[in-house]
Amino acid sequence: MSTELPVLKAKDFESDQDVRWCPGCGDYSILAQMKKVLADIGAKKESTVFVSGIGCSSRFPYYMDTYGMHSIHGRAPAFATGLKSTRPELDVWVITGDGDALSIGGNHLVHVIRRNLDINIVLFNNSIYGLTKGQYSPTSKIGKVTKSTPRGSIDHPLNPLSIAIAAEGTFVARSVDTNIKHLCETFKRAHAHKGTSFVEVYQNCNVFNDGIWDYAKDKKTKDQSTVVLEHGKPLVYDNGTKGIRLNGFQPEIVELDGNVAVDDLLFHNEKETQPHLANVLARMRFPEFPEPIGVFRAVERPTYDEGINQQVEEAQAEQGVGDLAKLYAAGDTWTV
Amino acid sequence: MILPTDQFPPTQKPSESVSGVTVRLAGDSGDGMQLLGTQLTNTSALSGNDVATFPDFPAEIRAPRGTRAGVSGFQVQFSAEEIFTPGDGLDALVCMNPAALTTNLTDLKKSGILIVNSDSFEAKDLKLAKLEESPLEDGTTDPYRTIHVPMTKLTRGAVESTGLSTKFADRCKNFFAMGLVFWLYGRDVEPTLRFIDNKFGKKAPEVAEANRLALKAGWNYGETTEDFASTYQVSAAELKKGNYKNVMGNQALAWGLISAAKLSDKDLFLGSYPITPASDILHELSKHKNFGVRTFQAEDEIAAVCSAIGAAFGGSMAVTTSSGPGIALKGEGMGLGLMLELPMIIIDVQRGGPSTGLPTKTEQSDLLMAMYGRNGESPLPVVAAQSPADCFRTAIEAWQIATRYMIPVMILSDGYIANGAEPWRIPEVDSLPKIPVSHPAGQKQNGEPFLPYKRDENLARPWAIPGTEGLMHRVGGLEKEDGTGNVSYDPDNHQHMVETRANKVAKAAEFLDPLEVDGPDSGTLVLSWGGTYGSCRTAVKACQENGKSVAHAHLRWINPFPRNLGEVLKRYDNVLIPELNTGQLRLIIRNEFLVDAKGFNKIKGKPFSVTELVEAIEAIA
Repeated sequence: MSTELPVLKAKDFESDQDVRWCPGCGDYSILAQMKKVLADIGAKKESTVFVSGIGCSSRFPYYMDTYGMHSIHGRAPAFATGLKSTRPELDVWVITGDGDALSIGGNHLVHVIRRNLDINIVLFNNSIYGLTKGQYSPTSKIGKVTKSTPRGSIDHPLNPLSIAIAAEGTFVARSVDTNIKHLCETFKRAHAHKGTSFVEVYQNCNVFNDGIWDYAKDKKTKDQSTVVLEHGKPLVYDNGTKGIRLNGFQPEIVELDGNVAVDDLLFHNEKETQPHLANVLARMRFPEFPEPIGVFRAVERPTYDEGINQQVEEAQAEQGVGDLAKLYAAGDTWTV
Repeated sequence: MILPTDQFPPTQKPSESVSGVTVRLAGDSGDGMQLLGTQLTNTSALSGNDVATFPDFPAEIRAPRGTRAGVSGFQVQFSAEEIFTPGDGLDALVCMNPAALTTNLTDLKKSGILIVNSDSFEAKDLKLAKLEESPLEDGTTDPYRTIHVPMTKLTRGAVESTGLSTKFADRCKNFFAMGLVFWLYGRDVEPTLRFIDNKFGKKAPEVAEANRLALKAGWNYGETTEDFASTYQVSAAELKKGNYKNVMGNQALAWGLISAAKLSDKDLFLGSYPITPASDILHELSKHKNFGVRTFQAEDEIAAVCSAIGAAFGGSMAVTTSSGPGIALKGEGMGLGLMLELPMIIIDVQRGGPSTGLPTKTEQSDLLMAMYGRNGESPLPVVAAQSPADCFRTAIEAWQIATRYMIPVMILSDGYIANGAEPWRIPEVDSLPKIPVSHPAGQKQNGEPFLPYKRDENLARPWAIPGTEGLMHRVGGLEKEDGTGNVSYDPDNHQHMVETRANKVAKAAEFLDPLEVDGPDSGTLVLSWGGTYGSCRTAVKACQENGKSVAHAHLRWINPFPRNLGEVLKRYDNVLIPELNTGQLRLIIRNEFLVDAKGFNKIKGKPFSVTELVEAIEAIA
């Protein structure tokens, strides 16, 4: 008898359901990379669960031949909490969008992150409501003209990474739907992290918000408009011609023309205990700055699922496994 | 330690034997009336009396001191006979201040015993209670046997030796009052001495000593004062043989849930958000982690129900608990639970509504929400507990139905039974029903798709849980194709699924007991549900004793109704449905059975009194 485990390929993670996203949607790439990553890391189909809320991205679980739950709007982190707390051995992924996670589900997002439940959250950020056909979202910029904002949005947008960092997220990262290699790497790191992994993915909605991330995706511009974060390395971009230096708490762009030494640049430290630096990076937005791509923060903290199960184990070790007769007889009783 | 019970000698005064006594203890919300009431209840139960209680307190933790809004009360009836209510008219009322007296006096029987702390009827106390004159002097208390006790002064004197400050000494007043009441009814002080020792003995021995001294001073005061010529004795009730324990509704619900988990060999997961009057279920379950109980205090009501659904998907016995405002928020989640066809329990401990309403008062006004308060066609089984002890059985039954039909089940309780207490006959663990739960076993994928919505004879789908090889499937809130569980917009399938989900609820009637009727086959039927069981039963009995042709039937399951309900209703000329709402069950009964049921409705945040029910029944019987 062979003791070798069957090796699954990306295709094995595909369900029998037709994918119904619009042709050209950025979701296709994310789906493809997810299947590839699961195959690469040797994930088991039966031990993997995708939980989603409502929105285009939230159809994701239907397309994976794993366990899945397409839940209700904004609440995926809450379902995941009940599942992971009781079945900590499962690999739980939450798939969400900018409206689902940051608007209707904002409360659950910050709470699941601060509890550090050991799950992976992938937020597909397309800065628009796609499934309801084109209203502005919590990440849409001021002035954004949409069906519900004909005179332009007056809502100040949220920065997903700043939210995750403020909630004391232990793993906070950003990637881009078509940056296949980077996206796969980021998913693998998110999966390997113990605690809540939060990954924002720039995702193009080619129907309602086409091209908003082109600066970060386009081969011609992405070197100038993004800076790839690598732990322990200086922030250098645009083919090594530019770097980011800290001036007090403010980042500034410097030309690496010989007058500035690389050693003077900001060196990325994803393990920094305090979240300040990660937030400085999160707040660097295009076009004022190149936008950082990669892992902003990766620190260790006890997880919620560990804690809740540990308390059960401790109670059982101290008091013995619960016995109903003993429970009923505890305290004052009398006999008739 | 040896408890100084010998310092509480039995009375030398004559003792009058009575069948039962109703006492209410009323004071400021900081006066410790709930503690006094709980102790009186426990010691009465331990002496073999049947007991029923009604705690009544303000929503504010410390409402302005001395005001009417801040009055906290605890009523207990202890009896040598089987009783079902905390009593109507009071035999004795203890009032710690003028506000307590003014708000409670009308419930005291004429010539009933009124014990007041006469030290708290100064001008400033009267002003706080918005009284011009002292009710002790203006004739208000004349119809009663009023006993003025300078409790503050006497308590301070009694605890002087402990060196406690006046502030702390005054906190012992409730133990003085307790000593006096215990003496009056010949109650055993031993359980209370034990309580004092457990609670304060180690932490604050001087407080323990002060409370013991106050208790003793109250006891001795009764024996010494000439105001009391005699004491009263209530002998043990003839309850069914067995071991008993005093339980409150919320506690019994928690224990029922723990038991149901054990009987089905499941771990219990509770997702909950604190809310009055349901929080004690969360507190109680949190104490029993050694039973494999995992409690999750969620960020809100929605997360609470959703986390429970997540746990149910994972194969746990999942529960969420709340009260009306929280259930309103859970509606969408409950609808998803119904679509996913996962077993779980949703508990609504009803309180006065709408909106925030009357958080600490009781009402039965969430019935229609429980039945119909979700979008779409979304029927769920609904069961209502009838008394504090019945909460235990209700939890077990709810889980039986949930697992047998793969469906979320709603339990309705209410503030009255949640905080009320009564003796519970402790069941033999072996006598409790095993609850069979199974999950399909794993299999190699062989090209045949797994059918997550393939149904058994109960229309239940298989509870396949993540981690099982070969059974990977996706669930969600979009309409499902029967069998495959795939998303389906097919019109015929939708109609079929809506009907199937309703049929599951209807089918549950096969499993449940038929309705029992207590009384004649004709005349008037009093049909009650939920927490009004005790008062309705007592009232119907009184009417029957008055020679009226009145029968009583009590509904625990509202959805589905007992299978013989229609047939029972047809037998009677009159059907009266008393409810603590404007007629919610009546609406359903009239709709379902075309019966011209009459209502008797009270929406005052209080349970029915037996007297008012008897009047209402006899007006039509």
